[in-house]
Amino acid sequence: MATLEVLGKSLELDADGHLAHLNDWSEDVARILATQEGLAELTPQHWAVIRYMRSVFEKEGDAPSIRRLTKESGVDTKTLYQLFPKGPAKRAAKIAGLPKPKGCI
Amino acid sequence: MRSVLILGGGTAGTIMANKLARVLKHKDWQITLVDKTGDHYYQPGFLFVPFGSYRMRDLIKPRTRFLPESVRYLQSGIDHIDPEKKTVALSNQETLLYDYLIIATGADIHPEQIEGLADAEWGRSKFDFYTPQGAERLGAFLKGWQGGRLVVHVAEMPIKCPVAPLEFLFLADEYFTRRGMRHKVDLQLVTPLPGAFTKPIATAALDKFLARKGISVVPEFNVARVDNQEKKLVAWDETAVPYDLLVSIPTNMGDASITRSGLGDELNFVPTNKETLLAEGLRDVFVIGDATNLPSSKAGSVAHFQSDILLENFLQHAEGRPLPAHFDGHANCFIESGFGKGLLIDFNYKTEPLPGKFPLPGIGPFPLLQESRINHMGKRMFRWVYWNLLLPGWPLPLGAAMPTAGKRMELLQRTV
Repeated sequence: MATLEVLGKSLELDADGHLAHLNDWSEDVARILATQEGLAELTPQHWAVIRYMRSVFEKEGDAPSIRRLTKESGVDTKTLYQLFPKGPAKRAAKIAGLPKPKGCI
Repeated sequence: MRSVLILGGGTAGTIMANKLARVLKHKDWQITLVDKTGDHYYQPGFLFVPFGSYRMRDLIKPRTRFLPESVRYLQSGIDHIDPEKKTVALSNQETLLYDYLIIATGADIHPEQIEGLADAEWGRSKFDFYTPQGAERLGAFLKGWQGGRLVVHVAEMPIKCPVAPLEFLFLADEYFTRRGMRHKVDLQLVTPLPGAFTKPIATAALDKFLARKGISVVPEFNVARVDNQEKKLVAWDETAVPYDLLVSIPTNMGDASITRSGLGDELNFVPTNKETLLAEGLRDVFVIGDATNLPSSKAGSVAHFQSDILLENFLQHAEGRPLPAHFDGHANCFIESGFGKGLLIDFNYKTEPLPGKFPLPGIGPFPLLQESRINHMGKRMFRWVYWNLLLPGWPLPLGAAMPTAGKRMELLQRTV
């Protein structure tokens, strides 16, 4: 079982490398996950997206799609891809401590 | 007299009409089906039209031929649904009352959703094969094409039949090989997914296949626009993929009537309970097939499996009893791999496509995730099965629940 070490605590990860438990998340955890994803720092815009994703997930049990992100988070698509290069929905979900979006098969 | 209204007479709506007509007493129930056009298309056949192995006219039959006489058929567009009043306003000004509603309005391609895709060169150097006209135009174009870079591009997920882009490439590889010009054609898949498919074990198997056939994959490509001057796809991060011939799978969306009714998500799909198939938050409304927002594949096999679940739940719901049946996300897809062979994948919400054998009494077993002749035969035979058994809603030896027998389930242990 993979884990993530944060401030002396060892947090469980799922098969996709995302946090296994929603409640293990904190801003410190987000910063460490962001570094893993190659993001040097989290700006207020990053945080706005991350908080929006968590609020949708808490209500609906799945992370929002990029279309919905741009429609409802107030951040346009171009900016989203600058904030979270290569797949904002997936990366922001990981940093927000959410499971990989179910998406579609 | 109680009424059930089915919106849409595609695969899902037609199967439901037949199944309900067989079990609901005619003196107690009025079944009505509405669709905007009179033709029923065998959509899995569109893939073969550009390569000349099916003709479009062999894939069309009158919709009414597959509806029982006891079902009232109305040909009209749908303006909007009013779930509070339990009415549906049609484009022909008529308003229908319902006791129970089944939404089966499907999904369609929307090239206008991607900047630069629909406005110039559409039908000249950029084509689709998800519409009858698109598939025929592409076929005519391919006949005279001298080669170059052929890019198959998936704009965004979800799409109908998620394996169709791969099948198109496999069949293109065969088509250009037979014409002696394969060396003049670069085949490439450009996709927003991390690989050829959404799930790791199938992706690994399919990536190997693509590589063997000399087809390259550009994964995680999130298209921002199409540059028609320079003929290239441009991603949000400004990376670009040039093409000479673009075969596009544009954004797929639910029916516009869903949006007009205020019932859809950002892609016009109806939020649906993934197990019971009841519409979320609506009274006496079920949703089936491509119209749902379920994380299952948008495919005819899925609509077929859902129809068993929906029928069982409908009958209990109509009696005011709790819903007994739970959809497991089961999908079953033949994948044409070219040169008279095919693969088969079988999976559900929980279990990704695995190698092994798929049991089918009397005909199978079919090898899973492996190329074989019998899988190709299965796919070609399926057109007959579709018209004669599946649409009329006759029982098939394929249950709604995904079978685990024959599958190499031990491959899943790493994720437990």
